[in-house]
Amino acid sequence: MTLTVSQLTVHHGAIRALNEVSFTLAKGELGAIIGANGAGKTTLLRTLSGLVKPTHGSATWNAHNLLKGKPEHLVRNGISHVSEGKAVIPELTVAENLELGAIWRRNKKESSVSQSEIIEIFPRLGERLSQRADTLSGGERQMLAIGRALMSKPELLLLDEPSLGLAPLVVEQIFQTIRNLTTSMGLTVILVEQNAMGALKIANTGVVLNLGNVAISGSAPSLIADPLVRAAYLGY
Amino acid sequence: MMFQLINTFLIGITAGSIYALMAMAIVLVWRSTRVINFAQAGMALLSTYFGYEAMVHMNSFWIALPVAMLGGALFAAIIELVFMRLLVKRSSSGHIASVAPIIATLGLLGVIRAVTAIIWGGQDVRIIGPVSNFGYTLGSEVLVFSPLKLLILLTVVVLVLLLTILFQKTNIGLALRASAFSPEIARLSGVKVDLVRTLGWALAGSAGAVAGMFQTVNGNGTFSPDSIEFSLLLVSGFIAAVIGGLESLVGAAIGGLLLGLVISFVLMYVSSSLFFIAPFIVLLIVLFIRPQGIIGVKADRRA
Repeated sequence: MTLTVSQLTVHHGAIRALNEVSFTLAKGELGAIIGANGAGKTTLLRTLSGLVKPTHGSATWNAHNLLKGKPEHLVRNGISHVSEGKAVIPELTVAENLELGAIWRRNKKESSVSQSEIIEIFPRLGERLSQRADTLSGGERQMLAIGRALMSKPELLLLDEPSLGLAPLVVEQIFQTIRNLTTSMGLTVILVEQNAMGALKIANTGVVLNLGNVAISGSAPSLIADPLVRAAYLGY
Repeated sequence: MMFQLINTFLIGITAGSIYALMAMAIVLVWRSTRVINFAQAGMALLSTYFGYEAMVHMNSFWIALPVAMLGGALFAAIIELVFMRLLVKRSSSGHIASVAPIIATLGLLGVIRAVTAIIWGGQDVRIIGPVSNFGYTLGSEVLVFSPLKLLILLTVVVLVLLLTILFQKTNIGLALRASAFSPEIARLSGVKVDLVRTLGWALAGSAGAVAGMFQTVNGNGTFSPDSIEFSLLLVSGFIAAVIGGLESLVGAAIGGLLLGLVISFVLMYVSSSLFFIAPFIVLLIVLFIRPQGIIGVKADRRA
């Protein structure tokens, strides 16, 4: 089981956002996608979850062609996307946001089991189940967004900048949790991050995007060691 | 003095409950597709004709009402599915994008009225209410409030409760709310947002159908494609929805009741000649003073 992205090209109108992007990710691995603003990181995730339609190329996960499906169908096949900016619905309660992630699942019992599993991962959410999501702190919202995605029982989790706007201590906590999702729950994760160092530290492999092109890719330790990557993205 | 006060209150609250239904229909459509549906009055009119046909053939109001609701729901769903969806897609760019669908509902209103006139003719037809509309007596005086008005009030209360339970306690309600607040997150969570939008319109069609049926029997029992009653219903429903902040079903219900009371008291204590313009005046006042809604509902949601 692998995620295989091959020659993926996406246009936003006349602008080419992704250009012939190719990479693979094995099951149970954490892949970091790093790069500057406008490098196409978010577009890549949105294409994989069905929100954006590509010009050409292919992307498959197991037997699924990710580029054919709508997001509401892909999520039923184990692909869950946490979009940018603490993707929760502020008007709904914490419990409702979690329920939303399991809304397409027929088995109510399974959903409530999932909910208690998620509260085990994020105990803070358990204390705030009946509160509206807009009363949560930034870190808690990010936890809720990830928790909602986990309620869908994904095999492949797409995370868009979970560290954005969070305090360093909270970022560390969130990254640790993401790491655990792969090591203890066996999830495959694509992590898009501006925080390149933080992401590469917990990742198995990394892809550096630059203006829609793959600038360099390889194992996470090799990228951290690469002088060019260090200079351009890690800042030392 | 006291008698007149009670009388005015009860008339207002009954009329208001019908406005509340119409307001909820408008809110349902607004929340699911971000369209102010001027055709809601036309849809209510058509549904009331469905109810009228059921009355003619089955001679029972309690069959006619569900027939009207079902017909209204189906018609609204079809309109959303084949007409509005295409229209929104075709006008999805440029500054006309957000206006075109709304203007189109005005066109739709005209078409529906014309078509009903062709099918059923322009003259008045009658729907007989299920119970008497003769007022209760209070001491030696006769109230305007009647068994029919009581029944309308109770039915609306039950429907509003059912709708609230549907919205707050069921998965369908969660899908409706999530799709309204954030279609993208809803889709990523597996909600079939397109289907939910159609459902929103269907529920609105159904609520509008009840409003049309009750507005007719609560009046003189007759209606035609040119009935001013249906225009008033649209205006009142819209004002009530705006009073409630346009986003909230509970707000719409409260807005409807408030509006019914205000109009009733104005007619009784100011001048009954204001009957046809009172709702319009209230609309202007509300839009001038608090366009974001009277009731404390956050209305500044991004579309």
